[in-house]
Amino acid sequence: MTAQPSGHPSGAAGFLHRFEGLRARLPGARLGFVDALRGEAAEAFRQQGFPTRRVEAWKYTDLRPLAAAGFDEPLTAVDSAPDLPPAHGAARAVFVDGRFREDLSALDGLPYAARSLAETLPGLAGRLGGLARIDAQPMVALNTMLFEDGLVVTVPAGVAGGVLDLVSVATASERPEAFHPRHLIRLGAGASLTLIETATGPAKARYLHNPVYEIEVAAGAALTHAQLQQEGDAGFQLSTVYARVDEGGTYDNFTLNAGARLVRNEIHAILAGPKAACHMNGAQLLQDGQHADTTTVLDHAAPDCASRQTYKTVLAGRSRGVFQGKIHVHQIAQRTDGYQMNQALLLSPEAEIDSKPQLEIYADDVKCSHGATVGEIDAEQLFYLRSRGIPEARARALLVEAFLKEAIEGVQDETARGALDAAVTGWWQRQERAA
Amino acid sequence: MPAVTETIDTVQSVTEGAYKWGFETDIEMEFAPKGLNEDIVRFISRKKNEPAWLLDWRLKAFAMWQKIEEPRWPAVSYPPIDYQDAYYYAAPKQTVKPRSLDEVDPELLKTYAKLGIPLKEQAILAGVEGAGETPSEGGRMPVAVDAVFDSVSVATTFKARLEKEGIIFCSISEAVQNHPELVRQYLGTVVPQGDNFYAALNSAVFTDGSFVYIPKGVRCPMELSTYFRINAKSTGQFERTLIIADEGSTVSYLEGCTAPMRDENQLHAAVVELVALDDATIKYSTVQNWYPGDAEGRGGIYNFVTKRAQCRGRRSKVSWTQVETGSAITWKYPSCVLLGDDSVGEFYSVAITNNRQQADTGTKMIHVGKRTTSTIVSKGISAGRGQNTYRGLVRVAPTAGSARNFTQCDSLLIGDQCGAHTVPYIENRCMTAKVEHEATTSRIAEDQLFYCRQRGLSEEDAVGLIVNGFCREVLKELPMEFAVEAQKLLQISLEGSVG
Amino acid sequence: MLKIEGLTAEVEGKQILKGVDLEVPAGEIHAIMGPNGSGKSTLSYVLSGREGYEITGGSVSFNGVDLLAMEPEERAAAGLFLAFQYPVELPGVGNALFLRTALNAVRKARGESELDAMQFLKLARERLKALHISEDMLKRGVNVGFSGGEKKRNEVLQMALLQPKLAILDETDSGLDIDALKIVADGVNALRAPGFSALVITHYQRLLDYIVPDRVHVLMQGRIVQSGGPELAKQLEAEGYASVQAAA
Repeated sequence: MTAQPSGHPSGAAGFLHRFEGLRARLPGARLGFVDALRGEAAEAFRQQGFPTRRVEAWKYTDLRPLAAAGFDEPLTAVDSAPDLPPAHGAARAVFVDGRFREDLSALDGLPYAARSLAETLPGLAGRLGGLARIDAQPMVALNTMLFEDGLVVTVPAGVAGGVLDLVSVATASERPEAFHPRHLIRLGAGASLTLIETATGPAKARYLHNPVYEIEVAAGAALTHAQLQQEGDAGFQLSTVYARVDEGGTYDNFTLNAGARLVRNEIHAILAGPKAACHMNGAQLLQDGQHADTTTVLDHAAPDCASRQTYKTVLAGRSRGVFQGKIHVHQIAQRTDGYQMNQALLLSPEAEIDSKPQLEIYADDVKCSHGATVGEIDAEQLFYLRSRGIPEARARALLVEAFLKEAIEGVQDETARGALDAAVTGWWQRQERAA
Repeated sequence: MPAVTETIDTVQSVTEGAYKWGFETDIEMEFAPKGLNEDIVRFISRKKNEPAWLLDWRLKAFAMWQKIEEPRWPAVSYPPIDYQDAYYYAAPKQTVKPRSLDEVDPELLKTYAKLGIPLKEQAILAGVEGAGETPSEGGRMPVAVDAVFDSVSVATTFKARLEKEGIIFCSISEAVQNHPELVRQYLGTVVPQGDNFYAALNSAVFTDGSFVYIPKGVRCPMELSTYFRINAKSTGQFERTLIIADEGSTVSYLEGCTAPMRDENQLHAAVVELVALDDATIKYSTVQNWYPGDAEGRGGIYNFVTKRAQCRGRRSKVSWTQVETGSAITWKYPSCVLLGDDSVGEFYSVAITNNRQQADTGTKMIHVGKRTTSTIVSKGISAGRGQNTYRGLVRVAPTAGSARNFTQCDSLLIGDQCGAHTVPYIENRCMTAKVEHEATTSRIAEDQLFYCRQRGLSEEDAVGLIVNGFCREVLKELPMEFAVEAQKLLQISLEGSVG
Repeated sequence: MLKIEGLTAEVEGKQILKGVDLEVPAGEIHAIMGPNGSGKSTLSYVLSGREGYEITGGSVSFNGVDLLAMEPEERAAAGLFLAFQYPVELPGVGNALFLRTALNAVRKARGESELDAMQFLKLARERLKALHISEDMLKRGVNVGFSGGEKKRNEVLQMALLQPKLAILDETDSGLDIDALKIVADGVNALRAPGFSALVITHYQRLLDYIVPDRVHVLMQGRIVQSGGPELAKQLEAEGYASVQAAA
């Protein structure tokens, strides 16, 4: 696809067209390394375009509705104060339409640095783009080309950072808007942080939230990262996380997909040092015509590392769920312990689930397994509950909760787990009210 | 040095000559000119005295083939194949069917002897009329054999006996002459000409293969078997097998294959189509032992095969069992399309890759009918520098109410230079369906080896025993005679470079 | 039968055996007792040739042959049998097939004829019956899904079939109820003969009520610190290892 010269071209061409127009005004335009990176990303995006289903990694997620939408960048900042989701801790960074809002944030007096990316760009040479891959990931190339802001967190060695809320709110606007925040999180040796990201947006608003995370967890550090995706029902979210974990470090990710018309949550974790660990858990709660895709790639690139993944998808209405999860064990990664389970529960005859777990193993002394199940609510269990006097709707709800429990209980951090529980319960209450 | 490493080293040293079937038969052959074009397709069709509709069918396939791209998605790598640098027709020059053993080309006889086929069967294979009519000694169930030597079927045994039951078992060339209506009705209905690159190629140039028709209500009284042998240099083998099990019938079919050791790679692109009607059962077993190439990866067969079954009838059943030990590269996915309500598909597979072998194999189970069930059991063993991929698709259509699938994929790694990969696809659009998939990866543990050795087993025997145990669920699906062969073959295949 | 002289051995660079001297004459049953971590299991693994145990000094001769120079399967063929403390599971490998393969490997090494499936089954049935073990055990995978007691019984069955010259029982009594303990003891006692010796490694005296040893040795901190008759085991039971430590 190439940029068209006139009007408001849509799809990849539209984004490239706007990049050409905006390039000199984007943050960091005068910083050589930033502008060069954007140029490379634009070239990569030009070559790849929006991925089609012919690309193996996008086999089950069709981006045509997104490509057809024709987005604008939110050039004028909103200064009203939109409703914010409840806070989980004292510290919070708030982004409205992808822009950092100091007035709504609370980042003072923290034992670590948390600042707007736009303001800290000059000091990010070598760190920005250090993990993200523009060559193989068109959505990452798009983000790199057009990012305007983001959150930069640096927790010094040995510091316990506590809980940090990262809030992203989209506002309604006349034309569909797109924002591409870039968040950089770095934990020094032995440091810890719980990052709880909540993404929301208004009903019926069409927008694209396309965040990219570059996360570095140094030796012995521990990051808990909860992503509570509750975007508006016409919104698109395409999120890509890159996490690198060094020796003895832990990266604990939980993703909730409960909102958006179309969401793809992609996580690439690299266990780069011995005895590093990664836990990935997730729940997808889908209804109507929602499409949710969780794609994980776990690279075991060092010996003695462990990874655990548990993903659960509940599908109602005409929704469609996708899970793709690859465990890649490099030859050096002896004594790897890798486990992955993904399960789907179909509540509707019109729903569809596609699942592609994958093992790619080049070391022999490993213990790797994956499992996948798809099914409906167990008739015997349902009957048992009803025979004890529980009404059918409640019995179903109990069984769905039980189904999700395993994924939520896998989350170590209590605050994060509480946030998840609340989000899941909220989803259920909305379901029951609608029914 | 840990025991496993030591074993690997020991066994790596005996690689040379591990392939016992690697000899070449010096026999007078007839070839078509090298290369592939419409004239070659016409040449083959003329040589086989085919009706016009079949020539048209081939030419259509050839036209499709020219437009299809060679698949690049399998996890295998090989240099580009020059499709113009091969012979597409090669046959032993034997025009008159021999009447006694003395008339059979002695080189052909020697070939069968070397392949370890007993004397009596040898007479059968060489096409001596009448030899197959005597029941074999020891009261064992006789096996009817169709032997395909390079491009043509050289003999089919027990034909008369089978005809008494109304069973047709012959080469597909003969079927085209004698049962054209059946061939025309079913050919290409399971695997259409343009299905994929290799199927299109096969449809254009297929030279022979087996044809089986089991009439209504008949239980085939013996195992049917085809023995494939590639012998000539620079030839591809493109056989086409078509098996039709009519209502209420049952058949068990076996397939075996070998080839000489050569430095060049040879292409084997077969198509197998199975049709099972109401209440029919087809059991299809393969022991694939094409030449795998040497320890450095020189030579060996490229085995690019399309095998598919349609369970068209209610309660029909197709069971694929494969033991894949040979070939430099294996690319095959024996599949079941479960159309009839309550139909059943099964896939049991053992695939070994040793030295530099690559295998990308698995199955597709397509559930369309109600209450259809499928079972997949795949055992991959990687050794040496082998790369072994299981790739499978389970698709459940909205119409397949209460469909069930269970998949178990296990990989065993022997040594740290090999790879084991699992790529299952699950696509479910039916609420009441239940799909379960499990995959594990393991290696032979030091303590298992030591335990066996403490009881007096040599390391090699211990590994053989453990590997056979690992494959047991699949091997038990093979017919008895084949199972014993397969077990030995597993051990021999591992000798090449494993512990 | 077995003569160990000045045996020292390391595991992962740590010295476990620090000079073991022990002689087991033909026809005798010796017990080795000792507290946890004294080197009992290491001794049994070193004698049977397990990887990962580095012999740093000393010698072991088995009927006049250098045992330490032999591969594990050669030791088995020469008549050394180790009843494992934790018998390993071999999924998919049938017990009958495993036993026959092992028996024939050992028979072959001894220059005896191999048994076919029928001959083997006859022999196995006899042994099973003598040991009061259900025939069902032959049909199952080797140790797969076996209870602790079943695994130990399976070890004894293997011993009965392979007819070793020297059996090493590595804490075979751990986790056994009294009935299983008797089966194990009966298995060993049935083999008692002038040409059979056994080394019974145990933590407790209990097993020695059923397999009465000719000699008892106490292994502590990698050395035999005391030897005596069966009464030594009773004394240890009553007074604990501390008394030996004080004496040593």
